Amino acid sequence: MKPGTKLKSTVCDTEVMVIRGSGMVVECGGVPMADERPAERGAVKPGFAQGTQIGKRYVDAAGTLELLCVKHGQGSLSIGGVALQLKDAKPLPASD
Amino acid sequence: MNISLILQMAADTDSERIGLVCQNRRWSYGALLRAARGAALNISRSTCAYVTLLDESSEAAPIALFAAALAGVPYVPLNYRLSNTDLAALLSRVAPAYIIGDSDRVRQICPEGGHIVRTRAAFVAEAESMADAAITMDDPGDGIAVQLFTSGTTAAPKAALLRHGNLLSYILGTVEFGSASPEEAAVVSVPPYHIAGIAALLSSIYALRRIVLLPAFDPDDWLELAASERATNAMLVPTMLSRVIARVDAGVTADLTALRAVSYGGGRMPVELLERALELFPNTGFTNAYGLTETSSTIALLGPEEHRTAHASSDPAVRARLGSVGRPLPTVQIEIRDEDGRPLPPGERGEIYVRGDQVSGEYRERSALDAEGWFPTRDAGWMDAEGYLYLAGRADDVIVRGGENISPGEIEDVLLSHPVIADAAAVAVPSAEWGEAVGIAVVARPNQPPPSEDELRTLIRNRLRSSRVPERIAILDALPYNEMGKLLRREVRKLFQS
Repeated sequence: MKPGTKLKSTVCDTEVMVIRGSGMVVECGGVPMADERPAERGAVKPGFAQGTQIGKRYVDAAGTLELLCVKHGQGSLSIGGVALQLKDAKPLPASD
Repeated sequence: MNISLILQMAADTDSERIGLVCQNRRWSYGALLRAARGAALNISRSTCAYVTLLDESSEAAPIALFAAALAGVPYVPLNYRLSNTDLAALLSRVAPAYIIGDSDRVRQICPEGGHIVRTRAAFVAEAESMADAAITMDDPGDGIAVQLFTSGTTAAPKAALLRHGNLLSYILGTVEFGSASPEEAAVVSVPPYHIAGIAALLSSIYALRRIVLLPAFDPDDWLELAASERATNAMLVPTMLSRVIARVDAGVTADLTALRAVSYGGGRMPVELLERALELFPNTGFTNAYGLTETSSTIALLGPEEHRTAHASSDPAVRARLGSVGRPLPTVQIEIRDEDGRPLPPGERGEIYVRGDQVSGEYRERSALDAEGWFPTRDAGWMDAEGYLYLAGRADDVIVRGGENISPGEIEDVLLSHPVIADAAAVAVPSAEWGEAVGIAVVARPNQPPPSEDELRTLIRNRLRSSRVPERIAILDALPYNEMGKLLRREVRKLFQS
């Protein structure tokens, strides 16, 4: 994966686009995401079921990875079993 | 990355929500996406290298913008106000193009161009007839989303390129997805060929804020549309705001009670006009946005609270912020540099440099970015100790008299302090002795005799150094502006070339 890559959850509807980061294995619902959804969906692992929200950006603690959720689902995002965090964005006034 | 993601996400989230109102038709996000997909298929089959819009604002603009993105070709909206000669020159630079809009004019001025030409109505009807076109764009690269010809106030138009990554970085960095409530509606009256017109479409759709399109700006039409659609947001260039306020002051009534937010930018905003606007719309938040085509729109902004604080303050330093363009976005860096490229401390005037993912700085011919990714804007300005940015004209407009740099703004400010002068411009004129000297063009207020040349020279000599005293003076009925309210300095300079 690299910036611009779209990743799909293998256990729910979640889709993300990579904004920053490359060569990492991103998990959704505790299971690695893939370029294509498998014919048979797996199960969301316990502890990784908080869900994703469309339009939110998710980052790792080291700041090396940023994902944009473009389709929401029931699984939550992680790397190596460590949950990703919602990126805080200060709201700006509309300027155009 | 691909900007079509913006419309895709809006349609996935609320397909039935009305995203666009244009004349008598209301478009849902789902309908816009279906039309964009249909148009993309037609564009792909045409094998054209560009998608070009030659038209006023309409639903064809967002459909063509997203269709071009889906088809993987640049979208190039053109200024329909250009002369036939200038327009034909631009059309030859985008051949072969899929052209939407004034088809008769294209056939007349460009009969051999190899273009495919569609009227607005035919383009939209053909797009909609391709129902459920199976086109998906998962371009992992970073192609050109939009190509805009700069207005060329100083030279021939340059083809500025904005990549998908630039525009997406701007939107993701400035807009919270789906943040608008269902009643929110933004009146868009800037032309479709201007960066503000493109950014307005992308920002509003990503926020799920309904776009209310005005085909071409007129102050009475603007007031009527803003009232009837209960508009909550609007973006205006200063000349547009000035014309709206003039109509309200002349007694035109419109219910603008829903209007919560007005942003302005794209030209110099006179402080008196801004203060009048703040008084006239006491419950509206004003945002000043500064940006360029090459930076994917806004890079600095002065928000509503900062406007009200400055307006209410008796501290001259805080009050002066009404004349600033605010602070840099959190996602960009701005520096002021001297002529040798060295960063300058607060308070010192130099050239504005900007860096960030949204900054393209790229033209068809070359990239203007330096080795570290900084874009020289050619705008002059300075920053105060709190990080507020002030503009001081174009760097190219500086008058160099015998090695001394003179900013036109300082002379213009003095001239505008004269009670009879309505408008003024200072430009470089050729001088055998100094290389360049100062020439001024002034416009007197209606029904007032203009001041004498001696009076004007005395005014400047008393307030500024003698090097600023004009060698040449022209009294005009009006200064030349383009339709976005930008002063055409090269036209003023021509007055003094003989």
